[in-house]
Amino acid sequence: MSSYPISIRPFGEQAILIEWPNEVSEAILYDILDFAESFKLDFKDALNWELVPSYNSLTLINRNKSIEFSKIRFQIEECYKNRKVGGTPQRYLWKLPVCYDLEFGIDLEEVSRNLGKRIEEIIKAHTEHIYTVYGIGFLPGFMYLGGLPGELETPRKSVPRLSVPKGSVGLAGKQTGIYPQESPGGWNIIGNCPIALFNVNLAKPCFVSVGDQIQFYAVTRAEYDLHKIETEVGIYNLDKIKLDD
Amino acid sequence: MIKVIQPGFFTTIQDTGRFGYRDKGVPVCGCMDNYSASMANSLLENDETDAVMEITMTGPKLEFQTSSFFSVTGADMSPELNGSPVNSYEVHKVNEGDILSFGKLMNGFRSYLAVKGGFQTEIKLGSRSFYKPVTDKNRIKERMEISIEEFKEFSPKISHIIPEARHKEHELLVYQGPEYNILKADQLKLLFNTKFTIAKENNRMAYQLEELIAGHAHKMLTSATLPGTVQLTPAGKLIILMRDGQTTGGYPRVLQLATKSIAILSQKKFGDKISLHPLGR
Repeated sequence: MSSYPISIRPFGEQAILIEWPNEVSEAILYDILDFAESFKLDFKDALNWELVPSYNSLTLINRNKSIEFSKIRFQIEECYKNRKVGGTPQRYLWKLPVCYDLEFGIDLEEVSRNLGKRIEEIIKAHTEHIYTVYGIGFLPGFMYLGGLPGELETPRKSVPRLSVPKGSVGLAGKQTGIYPQESPGGWNIIGNCPIALFNVNLAKPCFVSVGDQIQFYAVTRAEYDLHKIETEVGIYNLDKIKLDD
Repeated sequence: MIKVIQPGFFTTIQDTGRFGYRDKGVPVCGCMDNYSASMANSLLENDETDAVMEITMTGPKLEFQTSSFFSVTGADMSPELNGSPVNSYEVHKVNEGDILSFGKLMNGFRSYLAVKGGFQTEIKLGSRSFYKPVTDKNRIKERMEISIEEFKEFSPKISHIIPEARHKEHELLVYQGPEYNILKADQLKLLFNTKFTIAKENNRMAYQLEELIAGHAHKMLTSATLPGTVQLTPAGKLIILMRDGQTTGGYPRVLQLATKSIAILSQKKFGDKISLHPLGR
């Protein structure tokens, strides 16, 4: 089993930051998730910790007051040594519908000019690739997706919008993603996803986990409306495929 | 029941916050000045996790439709019961029809109103703390009715306390943050020797500081942030994340506030001064 050099440091009084080598890599992400799973099983008071994985780091946050760093550091090192490879819970590839009509894709024409590509080519490239969820943050249900093809890299807008509609699918630099709620934002908006990425009324408010994968597929305006209604009344069947490690 | 006659500038219900949803991007939320909030609850012998009302800058006008007991702590906003001044940090009895209102802000920025048994608003993801879109509302509104339990009798063990004058403190204790090492000598000198001014941009998500220090060109992968994380933007602006702050971020996390200092900062408003004081690690 290959191990990475990891750095373990205190982060304030109640948290610990564990960092893996500074690169975007699925192998590192899965190693982090394997460790996180071992931590949940091995640590006696695991229920008092929140684990936040993101790209090359895992932050452990204790719900109680201060922590004894030197003692926990040792336990973390042991836990990393003894982690079970492939112990990560089942991962999924989620297929999410996106309507790329210009009504939603308000920046599609501009992106098309900037990239020198026809809109159909942009949609083809965006839906062909599979993205990995490297983190969830910024807003409830906001996924940091890695794996955008170089041909779709486009700078974020020079002036951010004060309000971007919920569900907007955007491009910015090496990233693509979905705004899970209305928010200010500087990404180029190329479409809209009718599926709620965060629903507070569900036992699992966000179906996606870090380590999952996402693929988009284009839908017509009529299909979009249908899926929107289905998701609102809670009968939309998410299209997911089990991933093997 | 409590009926909101006037909501005040920005009044919310808060408790000790949400646990277990940060990996889905949900901030911890909860009382900004958790120290003052816990004093309000302990005077009433409530549980620490009971929800209180967090009152920012100007207070609401509330009508009790149920007999109860209350206490007010934190910022002094000149509370009045039926038009007569009442002391903060003291247990008061209220009867049906009594009106609690607030006047001039004398010190601090956030007051905490606790009622016996706590405010009974909806629990979402394990907490009553207002945070849209997790809760339906992001603040209390005029004519809203907030459920409370009825209490006719209560003999508090301690009827009042004399608080530490924490609003006078302006020194925030900080640990080194994960990206502390990107700071250069001139930046460190400014960080620890400047009397920083609280910027207009201050709320439950973050407090920005007015004075800039030198910027940077450090690129990092997005990683977790916490309440009390001090971010440094490429332009040299310092942003201190608070209880509703985002759970991850891409700006270097140069410092981390001590827990106690988060509560102290929560009582600062636009124009107030603070300084940063390094702690060992």
